[in-house]
Amino acid sequence: MIHTHQFDNGLVLLAEPMDWLESAAFTILVPAGCIHEPADRSGLSGFTCEMALRGAGPRDSRQFINDLDCLGVERSESVGEAHTRYGGATVADNLPRGLEIFADLLRRPRLPADQLEAGRQVMVQDLLAVEDEPAQKVMLRLRQQHYPDPWGRPSQGDADGIEATTIDDIRRHFQRAYHPRGTIVGVAGRVDWEPLLDMVGNLLADWEPRDVQPVPESPQPCVYTHLEYDSNQTHIGIAYRSIPYRSDDYFLAWGAVGVLSGGMSARLFTEVRERRGLCYSVYATHHSLLDRGSVFCYAGTSAERAQETLDVTLNELRKLAQGVEEQELDRLKARIKSALIMQQESSSARSASIARDWYHLGRPRSLDEINQRIDGLAADKINTYLSDNPPGDFTVVTLGRKELEVPVGVS
Amino acid sequence: MEFLKHTLANGLEIVAECNAQAYSTALGFFVRAGARDETDEIAGVSHFLEHMMFKGTPSRTADDVNREFDEIGASYNAGTGEEHTVYYAAVLPEYQDQATALLADILRPSLRGEDFDMEKQVILEEIYMHEDQPPFGADEKCRAAFFGEHPLARSVLGTIDSITALSPEAMRDYFAKRYSPQNVVLAAAGRVDFERLVATAEAMCGRWERNGEERRLTSAHPATGFHVVQKNAATQQYVVQFAPGPDCNDPDRFAARLLATVVGDDTGSRIFWELVDTGLAEQASLAHDEFDDAGAFVTYLSCTPDMVGENLQRLHDLLVDLECRGITAEELEQAKNKVSSRIVLSSERPLGRLFVIGGDWIQRREYRSVRTDLNAVAEVTAEQVNAVATSYPLTRSTVMTIGPRADVTEPC
Repeated sequence: MIHTHQFDNGLVLLAEPMDWLESAAFTILVPAGCIHEPADRSGLSGFTCEMALRGAGPRDSRQFINDLDCLGVERSESVGEAHTRYGGATVADNLPRGLEIFADLLRRPRLPADQLEAGRQVMVQDLLAVEDEPAQKVMLRLRQQHYPDPWGRPSQGDADGIEATTIDDIRRHFQRAYHPRGTIVGVAGRVDWEPLLDMVGNLLADWEPRDVQPVPESPQPCVYTHLEYDSNQTHIGIAYRSIPYRSDDYFLAWGAVGVLSGGMSARLFTEVRERRGLCYSVYATHHSLLDRGSVFCYAGTSAERAQETLDVTLNELRKLAQGVEEQELDRLKARIKSALIMQQESSSARSASIARDWYHLGRPRSLDEINQRIDGLAADKINTYLSDNPPGDFTVVTLGRKELEVPVGVS
Repeated sequence: MEFLKHTLANGLEIVAECNAQAYSTALGFFVRAGARDETDEIAGVSHFLEHMMFKGTPSRTADDVNREFDEIGASYNAGTGEEHTVYYAAVLPEYQDQATALLADILRPSLRGEDFDMEKQVILEEIYMHEDQPPFGADEKCRAAFFGEHPLARSVLGTIDSITALSPEAMRDYFAKRYSPQNVVLAAAGRVDFERLVATAEAMCGRWERNGEERRLTSAHPATGFHVVQKNAATQQYVVQFAPGPDCNDPDRFAARLLATVVGDDTGSRIFWELVDTGLAEQASLAHDEFDDAGAFVTYLSCTPDMVGENLQRLHDLLVDLECRGITAEELEQAKNKVSSRIVLSSERPLGRLFVIGGDWIQRREYRSVRTDLNAVAEVTAEQVNAVATSYPLTRSTVMTIGPRADVTEPC
């Protein structure tokens, strides 16, 4: 049973009680993602998140972190294209006090001017760290090149944007983007709905709503980019268009990616790694925005075998259009069904899933419903989908010592 | 929650924490085999062997192994460390027998020559990948300098040269010595049918021959020193620092864990406030690692190259201050809350419990419930933590820094 409530100001509260657990977890999605950043302030959402954690309400920066630590709240934050996410998990009894502290962050952040330079340094360090992570760097660039701006922006921003950001920029961004219309609070674990609803209502029901800003787009026409980089391995990123999570056909597209990558008997792992020994790491994953989806693939291999790796990988992607086999689908179903049951062992995983579902679908999806959808998947339906939507029009980014031959107009 | 154990005639031990309420079953073979059991000639063989285990048995091809794990929807993998290699799977309870039998079967692999040659390429790719990633091998280099002649000095991955030169015969020889049943523990957690677990293990592992070697334990004489390795291709500067700490049999290990949390947890610790919150470093943390015959406090730091000297000095001053004045009662309380909460959260999944149960058994032949561990954390006093900080001075360390800077000087 998943409870839902939308307050008059637009804020949505979702809760999935899991009384067999000792823990409870929350996921707060605030509509303050990179798409809302001005073009010359790339990184502003991450910077604002960094500053928001530096004290709120009665607590200064140090007290804020110390009090959460004392409640045993395991925190994590991230910035995506549409949202800034604040997550936490702890023993169930401490959840209400943890949520109170985060309600202060949403409504009464101090955004202290005297810590702006420290916050800026944190952002600069994050940006530089990516330079030493070639696998991450190639995938960030791939997203940027594949989606029309601002949908592929990296949360780390760019050096100019971070350098130019003032405390007023941050306060203005907070004012504009942190508001209840579009904020989703997902809670899961050992919680009771009624007291939770009362508590969150007291904390957030009178939070003033604001209008949602439209997001203008500009296309990114580039197909292939090579980034020079001094490394042993060449890193390869490939993207192609798919459909979004909200689409009726989503599970067909997702099932096809599952045949490509997932278990160790999946095609990419088998063909690229097991049969040819080309890679240690190779994968494909489905990514969904609200109104469009993509498949992102990665392979990392030593420079002299990079061309073969790219060719073999592209070949596997193209071959997918010829369809999947019944046995491949059966294995995928077995893996997913057991993963779904194991989700019931994690309050964090469930709180994140139900919040994400609300954003994409306007309702949470129960594990039972997902189970039924998976049961209903048939190879012939996936194959019809694949022949209507064959993987093609690839966007490719490589990073390493040598550029690769990428078939022009790759399809 | 019930703990059960059984030993097969050949010495293979089976331990399980059975929880009838759990949704899944986690199973793992814990093998007393790791980098420390190797020699220079076969450096990296434990890890390479771990890969080869998935390459087939007399009755299964490599494809069969991968396919059969996927058919039962298993979340499975393996990992190699300095002291142990672990093969594990989490499955729905109805697949317990199949998963146990499959794991047991792959632990008696064919080690075929052509599979060996193919997988060698994958291992070399893994080494290349590792060398391209922070801290660019500084962790292995620091470990080697710190442990010196002690077997814990060895690197898990081995080197390009040692892997290239490795023969299937050398691997078979190593396998025969290390994978003998008295070096193996089968652990399980979650919804476990223990009777069936023992029956499957008896059928699959009962005839494994006992012919292996015991591990050579020896006391460590950790070195101190300061080393700089220049790497121009790196953007950031990285520091790894090893200092001695309690080993896995030392009752002080809980105090050591709390000390590491107070001083260097990734949030709310002294190092966090000094170096991370201020933006002086990208990452800075301290953790405690425990082994059979040694322990280590390991510090990790990454920052812009221009800041490394100042950051090392700040870190040094912070550790000197700790040695002089110790920690406060409030700091200890905060650390206990964090550590306890983490124990509870990580125990909710059977897979989380599996690593604790299997790890405790193979290291100490000891079962500890979640409650026992929570009590042990609760009972630690500030005096005990401060005694650890005095007995194991964090400043008496081996330091390795890697990055664009060649001229980093030791703090004073």
